[in-house]
Amino acid sequence: MPVKTEAKGKVYPPFEYEVGKEKIAEYARAVGEDNPVYFDREQARAAGFRDIPAPPMFAVVYSMGSVGPGLFDPDVGINFAMMVHGGQEFAWGEPVCSGDTISTATTVKDIFDKDGRGFYVFQSVSSNQLGQEVVRGTWTNIVRGV
Amino acid sequence: MDIALSVTPDKYLPHRYAGASGDFNPIHIDPQFAREVGLPSNILHGLYSMAQVARACTTAAGGDPRSLRRLSVQFRGMGFPEHEMTVTGSERESRNGHTLVDVVAEQDGQQIIRNAEAELDLLGLA
Repeated sequence: MPVKTEAKGKVYPPFEYEVGKEKIAEYARAVGEDNPVYFDREQARAAGFRDIPAPPMFAVVYSMGSVGPGLFDPDVGINFAMMVHGGQEFAWGEPVCSGDTISTATTVKDIFDKDGRGFYVFQSVSSNQLGQEVVRGTWTNIVRGV
Repeated sequence: MDIALSVTPDKYLPHRYAGASGDFNPIHIDPQFAREVGLPSNILHGLYSMAQVARACTTAAGGDPRSLRRLSVQFRGMGFPEHEMTVTGSERESRNGHTLVDVVAEQDGQQIIRNAEAELDLLGLA
């Protein structure tokens, strides 16, 4: 049975996330980042950042509010019981720092089936309060037995 | 440039990562639930494992988070807490300060992240 692809191209409204120093520290500790720029504002500024920077993979924290609704959208129709997160890509731009407001918009980039598996590909684009792109994410989810 | 990092996430790491990331899917934090849905135990968040690949790359590039320009990974298999994870990689090509590296993450000899490709900007390295 082919997957339904009507949601291809669907765009979700932007999601705004305000980045804070303590959330960056919590995330950095959880993933084992110990670079002092993630914890100490003076060291961050001495290293040329506007404020405390977020580790690159903090992208998942501010993007999820935008990507999540797509994953759960009945129009997309992902069968969660059979889903695995198959692949992930991020391409980074301007660093994200404490105090930034990051706006992320997500699009259903592609839906297709291959070898009895459904592929659901979402693209998220995140920008800061100055309109600078900070990250572009490609999220590939695979559903077995479609 | 060689990429090498090893880390053993402790028993409660998935809880801390759940709080930090907002992903509280019970397959990551509840061993009993995980077994009920057919898993051997609770499993690591794939994006935690990807964060270890990212950390291995920026560390090899001198520690500056701005050095990591792009990272793509494929998740395969499952990662588990209390098992050592090793991230290894090597340079494929380098020019004008941009370096492409191929990376994998393994636990107990099984790849949990494969075909990872990172683009690093080493212009900032003295």
